Amino acid sequence: MQGEKVWSEKMLQPLTAAGPMVSDDALPRRSSVRYRVPASPATSAIETADQRRAAWMAAAQAGDRIAYEKLLADSIPLIRAAARRQGVARDHVDDVVQETLITVDRVRHTYDPSRSYDAWLNAIASRRAIDALRSRGRRDSRELHDEFALDRHPDADDASAASERQQDAQRLRAAIDELPPGQREAVEQLGLRERTLAEASGQTGRSAGSLKVNLHRGLKSLRRHFNGEP
Amino acid sequence: MSDSPRHETLIHALGAGLVPVRRLPPPWLRTLGWLLVVAALAVALLLRYGTGIAMERWQASPDMGWATAGAVLTAICAAWAAFVSGMPGRRAIWAWLPLPPALLWIGASGLGCLRTWVEPAAQLTRTHPAPDCLYFILAFSIPLSALLIWLLRRACPLRPVLTAVLIGLASAAASASLLEICHAYGAAATDLLAHAAAVVVVVAANAAMGGRLLSRH
Repeated sequence: MQGEKVWSEKMLQPLTAAGPMVSDDALPRRSSVRYRVPASPATSAIETADQRRAAWMAAAQAGDRIAYEKLLADSIPLIRAAARRQGVARDHVDDVVQETLITVDRVRHTYDPSRSYDAWLNAIASRRAIDALRSRGRRDSRELHDEFALDRHPDADDASAASERQQDAQRLRAAIDELPPGQREAVEQLGLRERTLAEASGQTGRSAGSLKVNLHRGLKSLRRHFNGEP
Repeated sequence: MSDSPRHETLIHALGAGLVPVRRLPPPWLRTLGWLLVVAALAVALLLRYGTGIAMERWQASPDMGWATAGAVLTAICAAWAAFVSGMPGRRAIWAWLPLPPALLWIGASGLGCLRTWVEPAAQLTRTHPAPDCLYFILAFSIPLSALLIWLLRRACPLRPVLTAVLIGLASAAASASLLEICHAYGAAATDLLAHAAAVVVVVAANAAMGGRLLSRH
């Protein structure tokens, strides 16, 4: 799945742009000029955010890890916006974010703190977005699609998914078997067999209150077992 | 902080591996460095051949003086534009900067050629056959292009092919300028065609190979 792509794979991909592409001139004009005294309060807010990021990047270039992590986290919405501007589908925007963050890390020495950080980031993110669109286009042109067959082919038939589900069931069964007898009975009757409290009470000879308490404790134990919750 | 745990994990990993970096010098400074090498070559050629050949040509055909000025300016502008194209976020329009001097270079050369046709008396005695121009420009362009690529290796050319074309133009224009010092070519069509062919070969070779060399980011 595209969304699950591991970021380290992308470190080997070149940032190429051999053909026609969107000009950087499409970026906001303010982004390509040196900082000036802002003309209005609205401009001031924008400039301040850009300048703050510029200062963080300058600190990161000197090795300040905290500033760097703040900067990268702060850059994500800008990268998303750049990717969407280039027409990247919502599902793939996160991949562009990952690739852009990696590129930013590799070329951070090319940033000049006297210039706009946002323009610098925008240029890299836009190029990464174009690369993503191109590689997706190439992949789509190589693959054959049968929409009807894909729709009709449920995941349940997938062999690996079925075996995974079977293993999950086995693990759950083993964990239930390890529960104290009272809790195990409550989970089996109310949870697995989906009996009502009255039916389970008749079946086990325990009171409804005792079954509810045991079910609650049993589920808590199972949660702790699988999720490591306290 | 970030919108997804995946990004957060990556940011922490990048933060953990952070080391201080040396900032890239500004484009003008790197352009100057490259031009100093070209100037050193020019001085070496002037020591060898003197200024006589160039002066004689310019006096005989003033258009060639303009053509030389155009070639020198093209080399400077193309080299600067190549360095700027390696800095993300700079305006793409700077890539057009070498165009006016290149037009002067081509226009003045073409005009000189036309004048030679109309007034054959203005033609100089050629001391070298036309293919020499081709070899000279190619021979000087290779190291000058390699030097530009080396100077751009730490940059981030987001349009590697465009940067490579600018590198080719800069080195071909610089080689053509150096040729002025030692080669008494006239404004004959064969000479100019040899020049044009050399420039096209250098630019095309850079676009084909330099793009790949520069696209490692």
